[in-house]
Amino acid sequence: MSKQGSASALMAEQSPGPLVAFENVSKIYGKGDAEVRALNGVNLQINAGEFVAVMGPSGSGKSTAMNILGCLDKPTSGRYLFKGVDVGGLASDQLAMLRRHFLGFVFQGFNLLARTTALENLELPLIYQRIEKARRRAMALEALETVGLADRADHTPAELSGGQQQRVAIARAIVTKPSLLLADEPTGNLDSARSHEIMQLLTRLNRERGLTVVLVTHEDDIAAYAGRRLDFRDGRIVRETRNTGKPSHAQ
Amino acid sequence: MLSNTLLMALREIQRNVLRSGLTVLGIIIGVAAVIVIVTLGAGTTRQVGSEISKMGSNMITLVPGGDMRMGGASGAAPPFLAADVEALRRELVGVSAIAPYAQRMDQVIVGNENRRVNIVGTVAEISVVRNWKVTDGRLFTLSEERSGKAVCIIGATIRKEMMAGMEPLGATVRVGKLSCEVIGVLEPKGQAMFGGDQDATVVLPIRTYQRRIVGNDRIAQILISGADSADLSDLKLQITQVMRERRNIAAGERSNFSVIDMTEVAGVMQTTIGVMTTFLSAIAGVSLLVGGIGIMNIMLVSVTERTREIGIRLAIGATEREVMLQFLVEAAMLSAGGGLLGITLGLIGAASIAPAINVPFVFQTSTVVQAFLFSAAVGVIFGFMPARRAARLNPIEALRHE
Repeated sequence: MSKQGSASALMAEQSPGPLVAFENVSKIYGKGDAEVRALNGVNLQINAGEFVAVMGPSGSGKSTAMNILGCLDKPTSGRYLFKGVDVGGLASDQLAMLRRHFLGFVFQGFNLLARTTALENLELPLIYQRIEKARRRAMALEALETVGLADRADHTPAELSGGQQQRVAIARAIVTKPSLLLADEPTGNLDSARSHEIMQLLTRLNRERGLTVVLVTHEDDIAAYAGRRLDFRDGRIVRETRNTGKPSHAQ
Repeated sequence: MLSNTLLMALREIQRNVLRSGLTVLGIIIGVAAVIVIVTLGAGTTRQVGSEISKMGSNMITLVPGGDMRMGGASGAAPPFLAADVEALRRELVGVSAIAPYAQRMDQVIVGNENRRVNIVGTVAEISVVRNWKVTDGRLFTLSEERSGKAVCIIGATIRKEMMAGMEPLGATVRVGKLSCEVIGVLEPKGQAMFGGDQDATVVLPIRTYQRRIVGNDRIAQILISGADSADLSDLKLQITQVMRERRNIAAGERSNFSVIDMTEVAGVMQTTIGVMTTFLSAIAGVSLLVGGIGIMNIMLVSVTERTREIGIRLAIGATEREVMLQFLVEAAMLSAGGGLLGITLGLIGAASIAPAINVPFVFQTSTVVQAFLFSAAVGVIFGFMPARRAARLNPIEALRHE
């Protein structure tokens, strides 16, 4: 239970600094001649409640950055601070606890469990949190309601449209009330109308609940929903843009 | 969490019922085979035991010939005579009954019924030695035995099949060329261990049998029953001494007769059955091993197929241990389920084979429990490698897996 302990210690901490921070983070894959420098001394701070879009061509390091943000990978050098805690020093079980309690993931390919109802998909992270059944049900239903799919609770992914599947996936990511939602090209498999629905949902969650969102996208109009935009190239952030006005497509 | 893991495993198995079934087929067959063999082995062992006790407890059989053999006189060795029986009666200590015994197949005629059955020559004491009971009528009297009177006791089959509707006592039965009066009916004894109806028999006083049926004075066997407190090995020694003396066998020379202790024979037979059962079970057990490899194979396929699912689970916060446990539980549940199915099939199989080969069906709880635990263990052992592989997947690559 020490893992749970360290997780709740993190939860209790009211760190005044940024939610997450990269301090001179580098990530190197391979060795010698085959060495690939996916991230090259990146510095970055994201505050709680921010909505950040990450852009860049493939191989620019944005996926690597997302993996490190999501505690699925560790930097080769530099420090990744999550709520002020250096993630680099944590064991794999502790990383799992961080993901379990503080992180939500949304993927391009939805990644729902096949042949499993929407409700059961939502219950999965709660099962790992050891939340008992009745409360799990209630939380899952509430999250489904948030994304407007309460009436699809008993449908399996195969019985849902792409847009609906992605909304279920978002519901699964937020059902644990995470501190940070990481969305990796969430609109990549959807048509334009569906894409904007998803973006409006994410914007709403960001504004109404103060959910911190980091989003990877290739499209400018999707990135326009975010309050800040980071452009990656060759393992570095080459441009940082603040979007002061209202996103053009919102409302 | 464990109940959730069990539920998840159960659902995963249900999703692929056909594949799960085929996966555990080896386990099912292996367990069923072991259960059938062990159950029938236990039945046979019990059968031998009851067969021997039916013959009478504390029974020693004296047969001519130096070899240890069951029943039947050897041609070369001299047979026993009535005087031998008298001598044994005089000399032995710790004996409850002694009965000379001879038998052969012969024609029996009752009215229009005509049949070849086992004709036995003996004395009334046989009822003590071999636990024979007379349900109707009586045993031979001493004077009937001495005078060689034409009286007989019939087996239950003779009464049922040859004397239907007749009052057996006082009826006349023809045995070979001898007409004799029925004075008793024996209690049914059922099938013998190796086939043959023990109740298709006609019992005559030994003297009547010798004079009127075979025409000689030989006695094929002498059956001796020890008293309840008697030491059988001591009794065997006494018998050997008496007979060696009577036959003038010099010290160091081999006896031309054998003293056979039936419980000893039973013990040897039961040990032999035990060894056979173990040996056959081991062969059947190999199929459990093969079944385990089948489970490992399918679990490896399953891990590959479900790579993405594993990635999702790891991303939403499952630890490596939890993923590993999930797959281990699944494998154990599969093989334990196969074990249960195999036990059921094995018991059904044993229960239907047992009457056909004439042995009792013996349900052994310990065998069933062992088979179940063993099959579950097979799942855990062969599920370990695939489960570890699942747990060690890199979540990033697993999520990208197509």
